[in-house]
Amino acid sequence: MSILINSSTIAICQGFTGSQATLHCEQALLYGTNLVGGVTPGKSGQTHLGKPVFNSVEEAIKATNANTSIIFVPAKFCKESINEALDAGIELIIVITEGIPTLDMISLKIKANELGTRIIGPNCPGLISPGECKLGIMPADIHLPGKIGIVSRSGTLTYEAVDQTTLIGLGQSSCVGIGGDPVPGTSFIDVLKLFEADSQTEAIVMVGEIGGTAEEEAAEYIKDNITKPIVAYIAGVSAPPGKRMGHAGAIISGGKGTAEEKFLALENAGVKTVKSLANIGTAVLDLVGP
Amino acid sequence: MNLHEYQAKTLFKEFGLPTTNFFVINSSEQVKQVTHKLKTKKWVFKAQVHAGGRGKAGGVKLFSNIEEAEKFTDKWIGNHLVTYQTDEKGQLVSSILVEECTDILNELYLGVVIDRSSQSIVVMTSQEGGVDIETVAENSPEKIFKASVSLELGPQEKDALFLAKGLNLSEDQTIQFKKIFFNLCKLFIEKDLSLIEINPLVIDSDQNLKCLDGKINVDVNALYRQKNILEMRDISQEEVSELKASEWGLNYVALNGNIGCMVNGAGLAMGTMDIIKLSGGSPANFLDVGGSVNKKSVTEAFKIILLDKNVRVILINIFGGIVRCDVVAEGIVAAIEEVGVNIPVVIRLKGNNSVKAMEILSQNSQNIISETDLSLAAQKAVELSK
Repeated sequence: MSILINSSTIAICQGFTGSQATLHCEQALLYGTNLVGGVTPGKSGQTHLGKPVFNSVEEAIKATNANTSIIFVPAKFCKESINEALDAGIELIIVITEGIPTLDMISLKIKANELGTRIIGPNCPGLISPGECKLGIMPADIHLPGKIGIVSRSGTLTYEAVDQTTLIGLGQSSCVGIGGDPVPGTSFIDVLKLFEADSQTEAIVMVGEIGGTAEEEAAEYIKDNITKPIVAYIAGVSAPPGKRMGHAGAIISGGKGTAEEKFLALENAGVKTVKSLANIGTAVLDLVGP
Repeated sequence: MNLHEYQAKTLFKEFGLPTTNFFVINSSEQVKQVTHKLKTKKWVFKAQVHAGGRGKAGGVKLFSNIEEAEKFTDKWIGNHLVTYQTDEKGQLVSSILVEECTDILNELYLGVVIDRSSQSIVVMTSQEGGVDIETVAENSPEKIFKASVSLELGPQEKDALFLAKGLNLSEDQTIQFKKIFFNLCKLFIEKDLSLIEINPLVIDSDQNLKCLDGKINVDVNALYRQKNILEMRDISQEEVSELKASEWGLNYVALNGNIGCMVNGAGLAMGTMDIIKLSGGSPANFLDVGGSVNKKSVTEAFKIILLDKNVRVILINIFGGIVRCDVVAEGIVAAIEEVGVNIPVVIRLKGNNSVKAMEILSQNSQNIISETDLSLAAQKAVELSK
C-alpha cells in the first residue's frame, strides 16, 4: 500500500498542453502513471502525448472515469481550474501552480472541505508513490519503492530526503509535497494521519521550514496519535526575521515561526530532529535499522 | 508588498475609516501651504518609510512653527532614516505626511491578519494600543480579543460587538466601531491584503475613534488583479540587489556573511545556509535560482552575488532534478567565464548525470572546487571564507 496515489489512480492533467505540463506528464507516463488524458479548453478532440484532450474536467471524467487531477494552469486562472475540478467531482486535486492569492485558497479550502475533496498544494512538487504512480515534477530516478513516508513543504528538500533514504536502501512508500504557501490544501497532520494508517510505511521523514505554526501543530498531533518513528528537519535556522525566503509562507513575522521553536516543539513530541539536511538518511537508519 | 502610512490612510479614507486630515509633501516649500489648510494649530510631521520605530528615530515630530517644520522637512527629504527595524543604512525618505494634531484620550489596537492555523481572516483588538502588539501577545495574551471573519458569510455584527466590548467602548463609540469593523474587512478582502494594523486606533478628546497610524501589507500573489495597489509600490524602499534579482525571476535576500550561495529551490537554499552556519561559516545571501537552472539564470545569479563586496567564496548547491547536471555544469562554467568570477567557487551537483558534470567541472579547475557530498562542500566553502 501507499498513500493518496497508487497504480489504480486514474489521473488527468489540467493545463495539459502547456510546456511545463507537457514535460512532466511525459515523465509521468514514462514512469507508468495511469494518466488518461488532459484538459485544455478549446482543444477537445486533439491528442497530446498520445492521450485525448478534453474541453472540461466534466467531459474528461465522463470519458475516462478519472478521480485525480494534476493542475499546471497559470496562477491567474488557477482558482477557476480548481473550482472546476471540485465541481466535477475529482477526489484528489494536486496543484503545482505557484502564486495563487491567499484569499482564493481560503475560499477554495472551505469548498473542498464541504465536498470532502483533498487538495494538495498549491506551490508544491506533487506526489509520488514509487514504482506505482508519479504525479508531480520530481525526478523519478532518485526514488526507490520502500518503507519511508516523506512529507515536506519544500520541493528540492524533498528530493534530498528521497535521495538519502534511497542511498541507505530503505526507499519510500509515498512522498508528499504539501507546498510552501501560507494556506496549503493539505497539512502535515493530514499526511501524518495517512502514513500512520499505511501498512507499507514504517517510518516518516518530515521536512518543515520557517513561517507559520504548522510544524508546532503537527508536533502536538504526533504526541498522541503517531506511533511510527519520525525524523524531522526544519530549514531556515539562519534566516533573518521579516524576510520572505522564496516561498510565500517562509517568513518569520512578529518573532513567530522560527526554526528553533519548531525544532523544540518536535523534540518535545519525541521526534528525532536533525540540524543538518545532510543527516536525514543516517538519522532514519539509526531509528529503523537497515 | 508594504505600503506607506499615507497610502494606507488614503485607502482608509476611500473605505470610510476615520482618519485625521492630512497632506503628503516632498519639499519644505510645501510646508506653509499645507499647514495653512489644516484646522489645528499644531501639526504632526511623519517621515514616510517602510519601517516601524520612526518616532524614536526622530522621524516623527510635532510642530506649531512653520520654520521649524521646514527645517525638519529639509533634514529628512532625500536622507535615510535609521530605526531599529532598518539596517544600518536606513530607508530613504522621499515624502512626509503632515496631519492635524489629535488630542488623545486613549490608545487602542486594531489589526487584521490571515491566521494560518485556522486558515481564516482574523480581526484583533486590544486596549493596549500604541505599543508593540507582539509584546502584549507574549506577556498578556488575555488582553487581546480576536474574531474570525468567514469569507463565505462576511463580517458579522456579533463579532463587531464582541471586539467593541473588549475595547470597553461607550455606546456611541460602539456604533462608530461597528462601521470601522465592517469597512476594514471590506478593505482587507477587496484589496487582497495580508495585514492591516491600526496602532494606535485612538479615542480623541471629542470621544471619537480615529485611525492614527496605518500599516498595510499586500498579498503579492494578488497584484495581478490589484492594479491600483501595484502603482503604490515604492521600489526606493527595497534592497537594490533583491530588486535586480526579481527582474530575473531569482529570489534573493541579502545577509551579512561572506559566503555567497546559489541554490535551486527555496527550501534547499535555506538548508544550504543552515549547513554553512553549522560548519562555522556565515552565508552572504539566500538565493534561489528556481527550477530552470540554465546559463542565463546562473550568469545573472553570479552578477547579483558579486554585487556584495564581502563575498569571498561562492557555494553552488544544485539538486539536478529533471534538468541534467552536465547541462547545469556547462552553464556554470560558461557563466563563470562570462562574468569573470575570480574568487573560489565550490560546487555541489547532485542527481541526474552528476558524474559527467563533475568531469566537466574538473576540466575547468581554475577557481572551481567540486564536491558531491554537501557537508564536505560546505566545510570547504567555510575554510575558504576565513
